[in-house]
Amino acid sequence: MPASHASISTAAATSDPPIAARRAGLTNRQREVLAGYLFIAPDFIGLFVFVGIPMVLALTMGFFDVNGFGQFNFVGLANYQKMLGDTVFWQCLRVTLLYMVLLVPSLYVSGLGLALLVQRSNRFNTVMRSIFFAPQMVSLVVIGLVWQLLSADKVGVLSRGLAALGITGVSLLGSPGFALYTTLLVTVWFLMGFYMLIFIGGLQDIPREYYEAAEIDGAGRVQSFWHITLPLLRPTSFFVLLISLVASVAGSQAFDLIYVMTKGGPANSTSVLIFYVYQQAFQYSAFGYAAAMASIVVVILMLATAVLFLMTRGGRFNYE
Amino acid sequence: MSSAVFFSRRQVDIVRIVWMLVALVLAAMTVFPLLWMLMISFKAQAEVFQPVLLPKAPSLKNFIYVLTEVPFVRYLFNSFVVSAAITIIALWFHTMAGYALARLRFPGREAIFLAIFSTFLVSLPVIIVPLFILVRAMGMLDSYAGLIVPAIFNAFGIFLLRQYYLSLPRELEEAAIIDGASYWRIYWSVILPLSRPIVASLAILFFLANWNSFLWPLTVTSNQDLWVVQVGIASFRSQYASSWQYIMAASTIVAAPMLLIFIVFQKQIMESIKTSGLK
Repeated sequence: MPASHASISTAAATSDPPIAARRAGLTNRQREVLAGYLFIAPDFIGLFVFVGIPMVLALTMGFFDVNGFGQFNFVGLANYQKMLGDTVFWQCLRVTLLYMVLLVPSLYVSGLGLALLVQRSNRFNTVMRSIFFAPQMVSLVVIGLVWQLLSADKVGVLSRGLAALGITGVSLLGSPGFALYTTLLVTVWFLMGFYMLIFIGGLQDIPREYYEAAEIDGAGRVQSFWHITLPLLRPTSFFVLLISLVASVAGSQAFDLIYVMTKGGPANSTSVLIFYVYQQAFQYSAFGYAAAMASIVVVILMLATAVLFLMTRGGRFNYE
Repeated sequence: MSSAVFFSRRQVDIVRIVWMLVALVLAAMTVFPLLWMLMISFKAQAEVFQPVLLPKAPSLKNFIYVLTEVPFVRYLFNSFVVSAAITIIALWFHTMAGYALARLRFPGREAIFLAIFSTFLVSLPVIIVPLFILVRAMGMLDSYAGLIVPAIFNAFGIFLLRQYYLSLPRELEEAAIIDGASYWRIYWSVILPLSRPIVASLAILFFLANWNSFLWPLTVTSNQDLWVVQVGIASFRSQYASSWQYIMAASTIVAAPMLLIFIVFQKQIMESIKTSGLK
C-alpha cells in the first residue's frame, strides 16, 4: 500500500502544473479557506435544509394549525390542550414508555451476552457472529411479515409450539395483553446482532493484561467480569444505551415493525407515539397536532438522555 | 487463558462445549424465521400452515406469479435506482465534507463540525411531518427527487470519513500542495484513491440501508409507478392477505440480494459496524 500511495501523489504532483497558483488575486491561505467552504457546502446546506429546518419545525409546528395545503395558522397551545384530553395519546405515551423501559435493558443484556458468548476469535465464533448479525440485512417490512406468519393464531409455527408446551388459546399478535411483548421480542431478535458487534468492538479494546493480572491474583471469571469488563466497557455501554434509547423512542425500526405487524393494534396496545404521530398526520391530515405530539417525543428523548448522562457520568471512565 | 483456579482442564472443556451449544441454539433461532420464509416461497398454498419445514414439491410458481402478475420488477428497479443514486451522491458529498473537516483550515470549521454532529441523533420519525411539508412545498412529492434528495444527508458517514482522513499521514498530500495543485485535484487524485477501503464499506452500508428503508418512501410516494420494493411488498400484504406463499416469495426476492451481499462482504460490513461504535 505505501508504494502505491507514493506513486499516486507524485503522479498528481508532476502531471499537474501549478495552474491554481496562477489564479489571480488569491493567496494560498485564501484558496484553502475558499476550498474548505466549497467542499463542505453541499452536505452542510443539505443537512440544514433536510434535517435542521425540519427539526426546528418539529418543535414549533405544534403551536400552529396546519391544513392540507400547508398553510400555518397560529393557535397557541390548542394542540397541546387537545392532547391532554386525548385518551389515545395517553395510551400511546404509556406504550412508548413501556417499550423504552423494556427494550433498552433487553438490548443491552442480549447484545452483551452474545458478545461474551462469541468474543474469542476462532472460526466457529466468526460463523456464529455472522449468523447473529444476518437479520440486519433484511428489511423490517420483510421481518415483520415473516414473524406475522410465524405467530398466526393456532396454525402459526409459534402458536403450535406454544400449544405443544400446553399453552393454548394465546393470540400472540391479536390480544392486547400479548401483542406488545411479541413485538418487543421480534425487535430484540432483530437488533441484538447489531449491539453484539458494538460490544465486541468494545471488548477487544480491553487490554488482555488486565485479565491476566486478575487471574494471577486469583480472580475467577465472574469477578473479572464485574471488576474489569464492565467498568472498562463504560464508553461502549454509554454508546449502546444512547442509541438504543433513541431507537426505542423514535427509531424507524419501531415504526416499520409496528406498521407491518399490528398497525398499532389491537386496541392501540402497540401504538407507540411515533406511530400515532404518523397516523394523525397522514391519515387525518392533522399536521399541527401530529407535530405537537412529535415535540413530546423529543422531550421524552431529551429527558431520558439526561437521566442516562447522570447515571453514567457521560460514559467517562471512573478510576476511583 | 484457562480458568484454572476453579476448574480443572476437563471442566473447562465441558464449559466451552456448553457455551458452543448455547451459541448453536441461538444461531438456529436466528436463522429459523429466514429459513421458513425461503421454504414457504417454494410451497403450495395448502402447505403454508403445515408444521413441516421442507416443501413437498418445491416449485418456482410463486416467484413467477409475483414477478409477472404484480409490477414487482418495476418496484425492484425503483429500489435499485434510488438506493444507488443516494449511495453515489452521498459518498461524493461526504468524502468532500470529511476531507474539508479533517484537513482544510477555515474559520468556523469546529462550529460547522459540531452543527453537523448534532444532527446525529435526529431520527426520521421525529421530523417526518415537517419534512413531508417541506418536500411538498418544494414540489418533490411523488418524484424520484423526493425519494432521493432528503435521504442523502446524514452525519454518520461524514463523521466516519472525517475520522478516517484524520488518521491518514499528511505527507501524502503535501507534495501536491507544494506543487500548487488545486484542492479539487488533491481531493480527486490523492484523497479519493486513498479512501477506497472505507468508501467501499460505506457504499455497502448506504445501499443496504436505503434498499431496506420504508418509512420515507411510504410517506413521499403515492404513485404506484414510483413505489420502492418495501412499499410494494407492504401493500401486497393487504391485497393478498391470505396468500402467504406469494408474500413470502416476494419477501425472498427482496431479502435475498442483501443476504448474498452479506455472505460476500460480511467481513467488511461487520468491521465497519464494529468501529462505528468507538467514539
